[in-house]
Amino acid sequence: MSDASNIRAIDSPAALYALAYEIETDAVERYKLLAEQMETHNNVELTRIFLDLARAEGLHAEEICRMSGDLGVEAKDGPIGTWRTESPESADLNSAHYLMTPRDALLMALAGEERALAFYSGLASAAGDPVVKKLAETFVDEELEHVELCRRLLRRYPLPSGASAGDDPDPPFAVD
Amino acid sequence: MAETTSVSVAMVGSGGAGVLTTGAMLLEAACAAGWNGLLTRSVGPQIRGGEAAALVRLATRPVECLADHVDLLVGIDWVSAQRFEGEIALAPGSLIVSDPDAGPPPAALATAGARVVELPLAQLTKANPAWRANMIALGAAARLLGLDEHVLRDTIKQHFEAKGEDVVTANVSAAQAGGRAVAAATSGFRLAPPLCSNGKRWLITGNEATGLGALRGGVRFAAAYPITPASEILEWLAPNLPKLGGTLVQAEDELASVNMIIGASYGGVPALTATSGPGLSLMIEALGLATAAEIPIVVVDVMRGGPSTGIPTKSEQTDLNIAVYGLHGEAPHLVIAPQSVTDCLLATQWATFLAEATQAPAIVLSDQSLGQTQAAVSRPADVSFIGQRIRAADFSAPYKRYALGGSGISPMAIPGTPGGQYTADGLTHTERGIPTSSAREHGAQLDKRRDKVEGYAYGALWATLEGEGEVAVMTWGSLTGVAREAIARARADGHEVRLIAPRLLLPTRPVEMAAALNGVRRLLVVEQSHGAQFHRFLRAHYTLPQETSVLHRPGPLPIRPGEIYRQLTEGKLL
Amino acid sequence: MSATAPLACKPGDYKSETKPIWCPGCGDYHVLMALTRALAALGEPPERIAVVSGIGCSSRIPAYTTCYGFHGVHGRSLPLAAGLKIVRPDLTVIVASGDGDGYSIGGNHFLHACRRNVDLTYLVMDNHIYGMTKGQPSPTTEPDFDTALTPGGTGVRPFNPLVVALASGANFVARAFAGNPHETANIIVEAVRHPGFSFIEILSPCVTYRPDQRAWKDRVHAAPVEATDDAARAARRLMTDDGFNLGVLYRGNRRPYRPAAAAVPCDQLELEKGFEI
Repeated sequence: MSDASNIRAIDSPAALYALAYEIETDAVERYKLLAEQMETHNNVELTRIFLDLARAEGLHAEEICRMSGDLGVEAKDGPIGTWRTESPESADLNSAHYLMTPRDALLMALAGEERALAFYSGLASAAGDPVVKKLAETFVDEELEHVELCRRLLRRYPLPSGASAGDDPDPPFAVD
Repeated sequence: MAETTSVSVAMVGSGGAGVLTTGAMLLEAACAAGWNGLLTRSVGPQIRGGEAAALVRLATRPVECLADHVDLLVGIDWVSAQRFEGEIALAPGSLIVSDPDAGPPPAALATAGARVVELPLAQLTKANPAWRANMIALGAAARLLGLDEHVLRDTIKQHFEAKGEDVVTANVSAAQAGGRAVAAATSGFRLAPPLCSNGKRWLITGNEATGLGALRGGVRFAAAYPITPASEILEWLAPNLPKLGGTLVQAEDELASVNMIIGASYGGVPALTATSGPGLSLMIEALGLATAAEIPIVVVDVMRGGPSTGIPTKSEQTDLNIAVYGLHGEAPHLVIAPQSVTDCLLATQWATFLAEATQAPAIVLSDQSLGQTQAAVSRPADVSFIGQRIRAADFSAPYKRYALGGSGISPMAIPGTPGGQYTADGLTHTERGIPTSSAREHGAQLDKRRDKVEGYAYGALWATLEGEGEVAVMTWGSLTGVAREAIARARADGHEVRLIAPRLLLPTRPVEMAAALNGVRRLLVVEQSHGAQFHRFLRAHYTLPQETSVLHRPGPLPIRPGEIYRQLTEGKLL
Repeated sequence: MSATAPLACKPGDYKSETKPIWCPGCGDYHVLMALTRALAALGEPPERIAVVSGIGCSSRIPAYTTCYGFHGVHGRSLPLAAGLKIVRPDLTVIVASGDGDGYSIGGNHFLHACRRNVDLTYLVMDNHIYGMTKGQPSPTTEPDFDTALTPGGTGVRPFNPLVVALASGANFVARAFAGNPHETANIIVEAVRHPGFSFIEILSPCVTYRPDQRAWKDRVHAAPVEATDDAARAARRLMTDDGFNLGVLYRGNRRPYRPAAAAVPCDQLELEKGFEI
């Protein structure tokens, strides 16, 4: 779904900055949404983890903003205009679960970063404009770091031995 | 010859004889001549060509119900006429106009010993092929009633001018021949000259009056699903609503029509639908939604014989239970019952006004005998009940659609208004409309919805209260006029009898009812219900006098003034 | 929409503070996201939009937006919305439902809403199950799907909403997948802009009762051909539809519903003259 060829031609650094910024802000929004869901569903630890992830993505977004300098990061056509497909980095909300573990959350984040990495790599190799190519390669490096970070964090949360998602003894409840 | 102030005519015929048209023309002509009256009808089960009876009562002043018996029975033919036995009761002084070639009138109809006058319809139509039997009969009836020939001619002209000069001429001639054929007969009843009316008069059916009342009350959207005997309300509204800038939409079923009017009302437009018992059953869930979400709507139920499919073309007063008790949960709402053909207008207008004022659904309990009876009435006065809910306008604080306090009526934000966004919900909700299961919030909203309807100042319209004395008749709806006539008879005998007829059935009015019953020692409750729904309702909510008796029976035959009068005298109430 | 003017409204402006009760992992979160994005792109302020729903998990959505909302009774969202839109053509009216609410109890209204072609946008969040009431089969559930209410499965052929919509006259027919919220948002924008009754079947997985629907993201695929305005062609396409074709199937040219206007308007008194003797 995040095939680089589906994206409108990224033909200028400004367009790439705008795209990258939107990828990050989209990711922030997703993680915040997940944090909210976890809070509503009383999973305190996961709430914190998702807020941390949101914060991390937010920092990256600010970084991109700074990097862009005078070019700015405003998407000229608006968010829908830029995208015809899904943002590579955004968490797949469908893979959340109210009993998810920190490991699950980090796997989700890792998957996002890996998709972003693949996306920028594809963009970099396909880019005709050398400035754009160079910028894309910068983002590739950045994403590589994120992937590594995720992997490091995952080592703190080894594979679960006991309870797993779906182990709530209470059945679901009909509220309407 | 003694003159009478009321004459009842029944015209029967079958197989396309045009009986109902004839009855209508008789009433129109009489009204044009200055009399009043009403027209109702009874038919066999066929869609066309069946046996039919037009029942016309003519009187010097407006009347609200059929009389006890028929004075003049005109038979265009007698095919299957015994069906009308229960509805056409003759008296010894009555007259039967019969075609000698059509055989004798059915024994069931002729028992009272009425005189027979011959009208040779078959011979006349054979000799004059352009003449129709029903027009000859019309002329005969008019002559026997003392109806002016010229007025009748004008009525016939009006009716048939679209069909051309020849048809008009033929029909006028036929009527004149009918008049000549019975010229020698003495009828024993001639209507006294009409009383001078000092205002405009209308000829209108209860269903038409209901539609007009809705418009006067401010309804500008209606959703329609046809059902006997309510369809005419919607069919009258269909061309007339748009003339005032409103809209009528035909829905796929009653569930759709009631939900459409809720949607329209949520959008800010007073809305109405009309149905009968089976349709009201389907609409019950949505009425609960309108109650819970506090959306004003008006649902007219033109009651018919029940239960289930019942007798669609006949009247009963048996939807009281479902109208009052039908909603699941505690759902205070409004139930208003018109008391006559003309009252259908005021009751529907008032219901629209009250629904808007209290932001609650209103059920208008009309019935087939009101809805499909055409009556001459004084032009209903203009009353300034225009439905207008309180709209929210101040959004300086976060908007609370269901704010507590005061009368319990909270201002409603209309979609499109910035700052007023809320989600209307059938779920129990907070003041802001957020779903909740909190005991405190639930209790508070229940109180709010109860208080706003129970605390509203309904005024004198809540009931018809007439007369004085220790004896009272309590009834409702279409029986109000019937009771009034019975009471008039009792008064003529020198007895004081009160009439108590609530127009507002729900919410109940304990204080006002106690005042109305103050001093009443003997009460007769009258209703058209096999299970005495009204009586049980009264017992549940009001304190009735020790000596309370009930006259109740189901449809399809109407309850007559004589029955109530007999109950008053023989039941030892007087 | 201007290519250079910044958006007056952002998706966040359409999302209320009410926290959804949906289970984490529910596809409806994506639908809400898609809806708010679509509304932002359309540029109508929240007070000019009404979101009308029935009963079910998906029908909770009105309260999660900052628009005017109506959470009605089970199966009746379409007539509710139609009544509102007919008297208030100035509002943008979105109707939200689920496969149970919309295709079962609401099935009759669905058919007639397509016929009537009132300018509405109907989003049905289809998860092939009755989620709210704990997992009974819906009209779109596979016939062999085992549930407590129907051991061994219903044995009844599933309902085909796109076929019914097309055959009944819906002016815009599409299928989307909640897992692609951006694409779904695009389709919603198109649907709202398209006049008449626009129907979008949105596959929205149920994480609690249909964990098997996690596989949907691998089953959905773009439709192989472009949308058509030829109903017959659209019908032929549906004959080879595997239930996971995404995109707009049909964009019709039917005129949206217009209530009958009076030839000659008049006032109340004029109307009443007809009764005078």
